[in-house]
Amino acid sequence: MSLSFAPPPPSPAAEALRAEVRDFLKREMPDLGPRDRLDPWSNWDESFSRKLAAQGWIGMTWPKQYGGHERSAFERYVVIEELLAAGAPVGAHWIADRQSGPSLIRFGTEAQRQAILPRIAAGECYFCIGMSEPDSGSDLAAARTRATAVQGGYLVNGTKVWTSGAHRANFMILFCKTDAKSDDRHAGASQFLVDMQTPGIEVRPIIDMKGGHHFNEVVFKDVLLPEEALLGKLGDGWRQVTGELAYERSGPERFLSSFALLVELVRAIGPDPSDRAAEAIGRLSAHILTLRRLSRSIAGMLEAGQDPAIEAAVVKDMGNVLEQEIPEIARLVIAAEPDLGSAEGYAAVLAQTVMSAPSFSLRGGTREILRGMIARGLGLR
Amino acid sequence: MSETSDLLRATAERLFADHLHKETHEAAEAGTWPAALWAAVEESGLAGAMTPEAAGGAGLEASDALVVLNVAGHARLPLPLAETMIAGHLLGRAGLKVAAGPLTIAPAAGGAFAARRQGAGWWIEGEAARVPWARHAAGLVLLADSPDGPVLALVNPDQVSLRPGTNLASEPRDTITIAATLDAGVVAPSPVDAAGLRRLGAAMRTAQIAGAVRFLLDLTIDYVNTRVQFGKPIGRFQAIQHMLAVMAEHSAAAEAALGLAADGLDAGRPVLVAAAKARAGEAAGQAAAIAHQAHGAIGFTREYDLHRASRRLWAWRDEFGNEAEWQRVVGRAAVAAGADDLWTFLTAA
Repeated sequence: MSLSFAPPPPSPAAEALRAEVRDFLKREMPDLGPRDRLDPWSNWDESFSRKLAAQGWIGMTWPKQYGGHERSAFERYVVIEELLAAGAPVGAHWIADRQSGPSLIRFGTEAQRQAILPRIAAGECYFCIGMSEPDSGSDLAAARTRATAVQGGYLVNGTKVWTSGAHRANFMILFCKTDAKSDDRHAGASQFLVDMQTPGIEVRPIIDMKGGHHFNEVVFKDVLLPEEALLGKLGDGWRQVTGELAYERSGPERFLSSFALLVELVRAIGPDPSDRAAEAIGRLSAHILTLRRLSRSIAGMLEAGQDPAIEAAVVKDMGNVLEQEIPEIARLVIAAEPDLGSAEGYAAVLAQTVMSAPSFSLRGGTREILRGMIARGLGLR
Repeated sequence: MSETSDLLRATAERLFADHLHKETHEAAEAGTWPAALWAAVEESGLAGAMTPEAAGGAGLEASDALVVLNVAGHARLPLPLAETMIAGHLLGRAGLKVAAGPLTIAPAAGGAFAARRQGAGWWIEGEAARVPWARHAAGLVLLADSPDGPVLALVNPDQVSLRPGTNLASEPRDTITIAATLDAGVVAPSPVDAAGLRRLGAAMRTAQIAGAVRFLLDLTIDYVNTRVQFGKPIGRFQAIQHMLAVMAEHSAAAEAALGLAADGLDAGRPVLVAAAKARAGEAAGQAAAIAHQAHGAIGFTREYDLHRASRRLWAWRDEFGNEAEWQRVVGRAAVAAGADDLWTFLTAA
């Protein structure tokens, strides 16, 4: 079985929007150094999120009745790739815009949609994702956090971990077990829309090796969720989670995480490159061009109502390889001792990239999980 | 790509399935011209896909025509279909009559020709190495420098002397030498310069590489699903699964490169063709290595079909410019755009 990537259809409307986004960035892009432009969807800046919302660039594809703008997937694609390439701090609203909002549209009740979506689209409501647990990483089906039906709702107990932004998010979409007896590992799980202010939720910081605070441990101790917190159907959690994978894995954020370093590498090389430097930049550029074509192809397939989950895994895995190659290649083309505190842009962004790179092929599905999925998609069992 | 390309893909697949057999491959590898296969291809009109309509071709854009070469690469087609397509395309654009039969182009690699007016006609001389399929060509399209700028000349096989050679896949790559007088009617200002000819060749090889990589992927999937070791198909081992996943990624990248090459030709954006050949060349080497590793010793034999794709990939990745050559083209263009316009360069390129 071969994978299928339809050529990305032309979208003049999206291209027209590109100039608008670039103009906006010239005016409104915060003055960030190169190291702070790296991996932009990890950078939390609520005021910038509100500015984007004012442009109509959050919830772009959603129905107008929920505060959306009914733009095409390609228009959204252009906006997010321009923001990422510029290193704009899009972290605050990223999860809500990319997957929580679409999940609410797909599975939420009318009341949930009306309560939440307009706030996301206004750039003032942020989400985190409660999936991984101490004993359940890649093996999501092994999750042990449990919601038990009680009078007036569900009682949740358990621990989520590696939850990015939980200390700042307004809501979590929680994946947990709701049926203790099911033999099927994939049955008996559900999703909940959890207000992070609910009593009994404790968010504990996990400091990463750079000294940054993105991750958290989130402990649920007898947390009572109202019945209306259920997202989608009881017991359908696994299907709901896996149905979103193509959206989560195929976007430009899966191959542009190190782009800020490539920009500084080009700056350091200057206008008269050695053959070796030209080959390095040419190779990385050729990889970006092909990945971008594949990624846009998937955007087209999603717009056409297909579910290219395997193709998305291909883009993410190849994109992560590229993101991790960029620092390894850069440091040998332009030598510099990586230094987070350096006033020199290149040494600082190199340091930031080297220490961020391991996460690229872990978050959102590890390399090993993706390659297993691809192999199954090819017909290997 | 379009309905036209879907139709072309189906036509080419059926044609090669009907007329290209194991014996055809073996005879071609032994040096025999597959005359019946060529006759079927010529009859189909596919060879004139990129020849302008005014010159009797289909006049298709590269985005449609390259699909035919993609299928040809998958079929390991032992014919100068790419070269005939380029030759017809150039002759037609130059306003010259497009000769019937298999055609080739030179120089494809090293070498050069010089031409000057002589009486009512032209004098042309020079030598080119590694000219694809020269010994079987009914006409050779030579790109020559002249005092009037680059010219295109259609010469007959009996006007050149030829030293045979082959590429790794046993495809003819001959050295030709010419010192001859030509009629004015077979020489015209060239629509491309040497770099343009090299780009056309690079785009064609990109399409063929993508097809051959896809063939290797198909073949290797079948093999690992049927070959049993330690009591189960080896495709059940995670080590094998992950190799195949990486191969599928290179296949996807090569197909995307084909799309870039077609866009680059159709929209006149040379850097896309350069990026395409650079990326496809990388996929060629990686996919061939994985296919051989997954197959073990059987893949190393003349009997088994793997080598017909892997040997072509090892040859094609170095023809019309290897990865490093094209990476330099892309890289120099990128640094010329500069750090602050790198993204603009990549999205407009």
